[in-house]
Amino acid sequence: MPSQETATTIAARGLTRNFGNYTAVDHIDLELKRGEVLGFLGPNGAGKTTTMQMLTGNLAPSGGAISICGIDLLDQPAAAKAKIGYLPETPPLYRELNVNEYLLLAAKLHRVPKAARREAIEVAKQRCGLSEVGKKLIGTLSKGFQQRVGIAQAIVHDPDVVILDEPTIGLDPNQIREIRSLIRELGGKHSVILSTHILPEVEALCDRVQILHHGSLVYGDTIGALKEFHSGRTVLLGLRRPPAREVLAAVPGIAQVETLSTTMFRLQFAAGEDPTDQLARGAVENGWGLYQLAPAQTSLEDVFVHLTQREENN
Amino acid sequence: MIFTIAGKELKALFASPLAWVVLTVMQIILGYAFLRQLDDFLQMQPRLFQMTSPPGVTELVAAPTFGNAVVVLLFAVPLLAMRLVAEERRNQTMVFLMSAPVSITDIVLGKFLGLAAFLLLIIALIVLMPLALAGGTRLDYGLLASLTAGLVLLAASFAAVSLYVSCLTAHPMAAAIGAFSLLLAMLLMGETAGDSLRARGWHVPAALVQVLSPLKNFAPLGKGLVDTYAIACSILLTAVFLVLAIRRLDATRLRG
Repeated sequence: MPSQETATTIAARGLTRNFGNYTAVDHIDLELKRGEVLGFLGPNGAGKTTTMQMLTGNLAPSGGAISICGIDLLDQPAAAKAKIGYLPETPPLYRELNVNEYLLLAAKLHRVPKAARREAIEVAKQRCGLSEVGKKLIGTLSKGFQQRVGIAQAIVHDPDVVILDEPTIGLDPNQIREIRSLIRELGGKHSVILSTHILPEVEALCDRVQILHHGSLVYGDTIGALKEFHSGRTVLLGLRRPPAREVLAAVPGIAQVETLSTTMFRLQFAAGEDPTDQLARGAVENGWGLYQLAPAQTSLEDVFVHLTQREENN
Repeated sequence: MIFTIAGKELKALFASPLAWVVLTVMQIILGYAFLRQLDDFLQMQPRLFQMTSPPGVTELVAAPTFGNAVVVLLFAVPLLAMRLVAEERRNQTMVFLMSAPVSITDIVLGKFLGLAAFLLLIIALIVLMPLALAGGTRLDYGLLASLTAGLVLLAASFAAVSLYVSCLTAHPMAAAIGAFSLLLAMLLMGETAGDSLRARGWHVPAALVQVLSPLKNFAPLGKGLVDTYAIACSILLTAVFLVLAIRRLDATRLRG
């Protein structure tokens, strides 16, 4: 569905959802630009699925506003929903239909004009690698193929925004790769919101990350900024004859020592300090048997754990 | 959009064994009952000749068959309707419809029409049985038409009630049993409950009792009497439960 090119595809302000006294989502702001892939992260029960249900019109928000390509989702639900493709956690598949029938139904419901339907279905099948299985019943397909059919129904009407809730769960490594390359491809033309627990996936695919915890956004920025966000650096230190932990912790400039194994340690530097020199000298002078001293990559996982657990401690 | 959804429901019905089982069992039971009725009629015929204005074959054979059809529909409709929403919820496919740019009214009406189309097919099969006698005797087509209309209205109200109950739960079996119980209660007690409440001094409007008694509305048409009041009450019952179903589905979006 070619539409006027609006730069912002999703804008949500102060999105809130209560279930009785429990607040599942608490004043979330969300913005997505055309062609962007947004990673939506958070531990189980953080409110990711609830947020996605609200963005797709499956759940009415208790407060806040959502606009899809400038159309208010609450005022004009039909017009706004036509611009979204949604793959929920469990793909909503009719097992008794075959792939072609199912995609035709999806195209009809999403108001793809009659003349364009056949073409739209072929393109969706081809992009999701379903060309060979068009006449098979969905119920007889393997889980990986069913997942692809789920993605195909979300993109068959060429929506401006594609929302995928854990699209690679339960797939084998090859299938995960294929789905990931498909998502990357989608990111070029559509905006994509990708919810997942799999952090390397986010690092590989997303332009921007938002981390949700207990219903609130605890972080939102680009992937690059996220890695720098983790203040202080860490190194991995391997010693054949290590001293007591306290000795390492006593080296000036070391903020924290984590014992990984009997000979491996992860050392975190205090902000602005770089005691790599002292460590090397100490190892030589005291005969610790240094065999590795390497900067540890700050992974998204560290940041994620840091952010979501810091919250817990407060 | 409504017809797209109706078409999908109809296709799904025929893709499931349930529809075929219902059609088969229904046809066996009603076919047997019809033939018994016909047999009785043939044995009664010498005595009927002695009457001044004897009842015809339509009255003696077709009308009881339609009466039996009511009982069969009472079982069949809840079973067919449980799929409409409860099973979609259990299979988590309801999201597919709710995320699509269609209104909840479209979804409910589409599902209702899909089921109604299937019920029309059942009724067509029932009407064919007395029509098969047309070659050998003269039928009262007026009575046959009024019986058919009555059964269509009754089936529509059964469908609406069952669809509403299907919206209440995510357990198909609970939906089927719930709808069956509600329909049975309406058939059995529609009138008597009104009377007994009135006896206790409650004010129960007669129109309410009439609307909630599908059998009372079927009765005039079953005798070939086109009673517009009964027809209106029957349509009203259908409409009320369709609105309730729409509101119920909308509430799940609001309340989660």
